[in-house]
Amino acid sequence: MPQNTPRPGRIQRAPEGFLSPEQIRDVSAGRRDFLRTAFVSASMAVAGTSVARAADGDPAILTLPEHSTTLGRPVAERPYGAPSQFEAGLRRRESPGLTRVAGSSVSFSPLQGLFGIITPSGLHFERHHQGWHDIDPARHRLMINGLVKEARVYTMDDLMRLPSVSRIHFIECGANTGMEWGNVAVPTVQYSHGMLSCSEFTGVPLSVLLDDCGIDRKRAKFVLAEGADGSSMTRTISLDRALDDVLVAWGQNGEMLRPENGYPLRLVVPGVQGVSWVKWLRRIEVGDQPWATKDEAVHYIDLMPDGTHRQYTSIQECKSVITTPSGGQTLLDKGFHNITGLAWSGRGKVKRVDVSVDGGRNWRTARLETPVLSKALTRFNIDWVWDGSPAILQSRAMDETGYVQPTYAQLRAVRGTRSIYHNNAIQSWKLADSGDVSNVQVF
Amino acid sequence: MSRFSELLLAGCLIAAAAGASADSSFPGVGRPATPSEVKAWDIDVRPDFKGLPPGKGSVDQGIELWEAKCTACHGSFGESNEVFTPLVGGTTKEDIETGRVGAYIRQDAPQRSTLMKVPTLSTLWDYINRAMPWNAPKSLSPDEVYAVLAYLLHLGEIVPADFTLSDKNIAEVQKRMPNRNGMTTKHGMWDIKGKPDVKNVACMKNCKTQITMGSSLPDYARDAHGNLADQNRVIGAVRGQQTSEGAGGGAAAPAPHPAMDLMKKSGCSGCHGIASKILGPSFRDIAKRYKDDKGAESQLIGRVKAGGSGTWGDAAMPPQAHVSDADTAALIKWILSGSPEN
Ligand code: HEC
Ligand code: HEC
Repeated sequence: MPQNTPRPGRIQRAPEGFLSPEQIRDVSAGRRDFLRTAFVSASMAVAGTSVARAADGDPAILTLPEHSTTLGRPVAERPYGAPSQFEAGLRRRESPGLTRVAGSSVSFSPLQGLFGIITPSGLHFERHHQGWHDIDPARHRLMINGLVKEARVYTMDDLMRLPSVSRIHFIECGANTGMEWGNVAVPTVQYSHGMLSCSEFTGVPLSVLLDDCGIDRKRAKFVLAEGADGSSMTRTISLDRALDDVLVAWGQNGEMLRPENGYPLRLVVPGVQGVSWVKWLRRIEVGDQPWATKDEAVHYIDLMPDGTHRQYTSIQECKSVITTPSGGQTLLDKGFHNITGLAWSGRGKVKRVDVSVDGGRNWRTARLETPVLSKALTRFNIDWVWDGSPAILQSRAMDETGYVQPTYAQLRAVRGTRSIYHNNAIQSWKLADSGDVSNVQVF
Repeated sequence: MSRFSELLLAGCLIAAAAGASADSSFPGVGRPATPSEVKAWDIDVRPDFKGLPPGKGSVDQGIELWEAKCTACHGSFGESNEVFTPLVGGTTKEDIETGRVGAYIRQDAPQRSTLMKVPTLSTLWDYINRAMPWNAPKSLSPDEVYAVLAYLLHLGEIVPADFTLSDKNIAEVQKRMPNRNGMTTKHGMWDIKGKPDVKNVACMKNCKTQITMGSSLPDYARDAHGNLADQNRVIGAVRGQQTSEGAGGGAAAPAPHPAMDLMKKSGCSGCHGIASKILGPSFRDIAKRYKDDKGAESQLIGRVKAGGSGTWGDAAMPPQAHVSDADTAALIKWILSGSPEN
């Protein structure tokens, strides 16, 4: 590693931007002394001039780029903006072999490249059970029936007239990290933790609508939420929760929900697994017993070591993960690094996140970036100077109830390894001296 | 009267008949639901069978319906693993007696079938009624739901071959569900005030003496998710690792073939996989079949537009008239060329 290289800007270029596959294999093999030569030849290629010129300084400065010497593109050329062409690597992706058909599948958010706490709507993870539709909002209706004085119907026009609130909440699929219950199965944080997103949702509290229909507070114990898609996804929610902070939402990050996320109407059930956030919401029924629907009697049930299944497991307990550096990434250099990640809890606010770089022997408390909100993603950062030796990075979150995110050993001691759901164990990333980071589980 | 004013009038009638809710705090917002509206949407069936419509269907009727409407995706015996995990398998006579699926305790089940999990029969009735067949949800009559469910239960040896399932005897059959006693709600993850079952403490210094590597990603699995270099930003403190050959040197990943998108947008992918059969044949099998047939292109364009069945099996393709001529032609060309992904 060229420690004393002069640094006009950044000396060490992205390997894949400048190097041949052979040279990249050298990086992976830990041979880094070639980087200087690589830089020189790369700058020759770019500047098309002599090595001497490159020695004068950075060709990115010395040779004015086209964007500094030509006219740029007009306003509104793209009436709905899109990310830079250079950001194409960060997109939702499926995990090969996880599901059999794309209409009932999952795509994962690229957590490895996201900043702050808000997930761009186009990168929000997807889980559909019977494909998605782009529903005409003028034809969409919400019905509320069951143990209410009067069953009522609302159009989108009706709902959007009501007093609305906007709140930032995370949504995590109950099966997030589910592939890792028994052993390491996937290479990157996108696939290990990417059924996780966080948005600002705008809508009307469900309690307002239930009151509008005259809910029978004596007999009502549960509500059923039902979607308008082919699967007509249904989930039971206890009345306590329904009256607490559940929203009937149409807004997401300042615009309407995306079709893949339930346009024009979805339920927002803060702190609870994503399957309960019924998309394309068409109906709420008030009742006095749970419904045991397909996704609460066949799926989203947690298999315990004694062979029973836990039914109606809903709360997403406190969890965190380091997003950079994370599995499948390579650190370009020794020296200073900002370790960054996300923490969240379905039971309230994140109180603290500790980070270990030695596999859990010693911990330091990370900075929580504002805002720190209840049942929302919280961004943490911590300074670190990497000396080039192997390390194991972990983060451990604690929420305002005092609950501390468990280790794999602790989680498995109670719940075994056969569940699919609610794996909130501490994640470990192994950093090799080559700079390569990989997914491991340590005890 | 014009269609439009007819609609308006109908709207006014509903509004007038309904009136505003007496104690609504939001005058002018929402309206009462009519009884027919509630009936049309309130289709759920609870474990106590509240909501179950009257009707009946026999195992024999179920076999026939199953072959026509379910086999393509779930296999003749509910055993298929192709489109979804098996519906049937892994339960025993003893499980039916005890109501606890023994495979979970013996830990010898390679997969968990639907019948191994589901405790409540209402769940299956409700779900098949609202969501199956997957490509034509809500198309079965109540009697048809009873019939296919009777057949499914027969496959699990829960009811005999000459059984007729009905709203009258469904509660009796519930008492034979193999995993009916297999569920628990004794945990802290449902109730809003529920208590966690797993505990850790936030130790800060010298928390462990030894670190044991439990599990890591085998080398052969490193590129199972594609080239990780292409799944990371091209600037910043880190880069994605080069996990597959070819795409090096900063070249962007090859763009997906435009037909990949078109096939999804046109709704073909619900029934056809590129390499796997769903309800219809896989696109690669179609290409194979018509490899030497010069006239195939125009012929298949016609068949896709018109729909039909019998060439590949009993399942029918509905007419794909919503797809434009140009798009259909492009899709067929692509299919016959072996459906390249990029
Ligand atoms: C086009 C393919 C297709 C056809 C045809 C089809 N199914 Fe399905 N079925 C699926 C898929 C895919 C799922 C999983 C849906 C999900 O992920 O929510 C499923 C799920 C189910 C389930 C729930 C299983 C579980 O464990 O969650 C049942 C029961 C079922 N189907 C019954 C039927 C019956 C009965 C028919 C015929 C009337 C039928 N299916 C026809 C594709 C199909
Ligand atoms: C609802 C399910 C369904 C959908 C949607 C569907 N198909 Fe099919 N398709 C089938 C079935 C079933 C068959 C087999 C029919 C038969 O045996 O004759 C078939 C057959 C075919 C064949 C072969 C026809 C032959 O005569 O050999 C082609 C080509 C084809 N489909 C293309 C398409 C394209 C392109 C689309 C989208 C525009 C599409 N399909 C959408 C179910 C479907």
